[in-house]
Amino acid sequence: MKRLFPILAMLTALMLVYALYQALVVAPTERTMGDVQRIFYYHVPSAWTAFLLFFVNLVASVGYLVKRNPKVDALALVSAEVGVVFCTVVLVTGPIWARPVWGIWWTWDVRLTSTLVLWLIYVSYLLLRRFSDSAQAPVLAAVLAVFGALDIPLVYFSIWFFRTQHPQPVIGGGGSIDPRMWRVLLINWMAFLCFALLMGWSRYRLESMRREVEEAQALESLLGDDRGPSAEIRNPKVAPNRSGQ
Amino acid sequence: MNSIKFLYAAYAATWTIHLLYIGSLVRRYRRLKQELSELKQK
Repeated sequence: MKRLFPILAMLTALMLVYALYQALVVAPTERTMGDVQRIFYYHVPSAWTAFLLFFVNLVASVGYLVKRNPKVDALALVSAEVGVVFCTVVLVTGPIWARPVWGIWWTWDVRLTSTLVLWLIYVSYLLLRRFSDSAQAPVLAAVLAVFGALDIPLVYFSIWFFRTQHPQPVIGGGGSIDPRMWRVLLINWMAFLCFALLMGWSRYRLESMRREVEEAQALESLLGDDRGPSAEIRNPKVAPNRSGQ
Repeated sequence: MNSIKFLYAAYAATWTIHLLYIGSLVRRYRRLKQELSELKQK
């Protein structure tokens, strides 16, 4: 597995460079918006990747609630964290596209607001994981994740259910897209998926390592206690020689 | 409409966010590695 990581990292880097070239050079220029439309090749794949990661978080959270497996809990945490990174990209690139096209950075319409709420839900999830010392924190976080995931379909389908300023979705939204643009969009999505996998993998390894360190620290403090005064009572042999003899 | 600067800004922001996250992973990894080596010394 350790040998596979640098190979995947190299392939991902090549794919990202190729996808960037496709987005900036190969993709045709949109007639009304001009070059700013190319933000779409980063904005949409980032949104799809974030949705996918939040869905993985949902499945892992349900799995943790059922089985209480710490590895599944780690997967839930990792998918939420990387998902928040991609959702942040969506929330930053969207307004940068909106400013020249709509004339405003932000509007409180349903698609934009529900995406912001989605981001806030998963940031809350991460804060809960980060700052809660309770042994129940993973369970509480899993419950929050299950309820938080209800916002994912709301974000996606808000365009159909409500009047919104946001453009129609590329899949099933009734809008048409040039096949060359489709190709570039899919190339970029594949590249971002590989990148997300790579970051998720790194983060999972980090989380496993963190748990190992925590276990080792707990064990070390226990052993430390065994050498302390209470241990002297249980086992006089471990008592330090205070007389210096 | 000078849209090219918005395009570059969006792409630069995307990579800044990703690089900041990768930087945070590297920082956390180094800290854990140090804690682990301290534990081994004990």
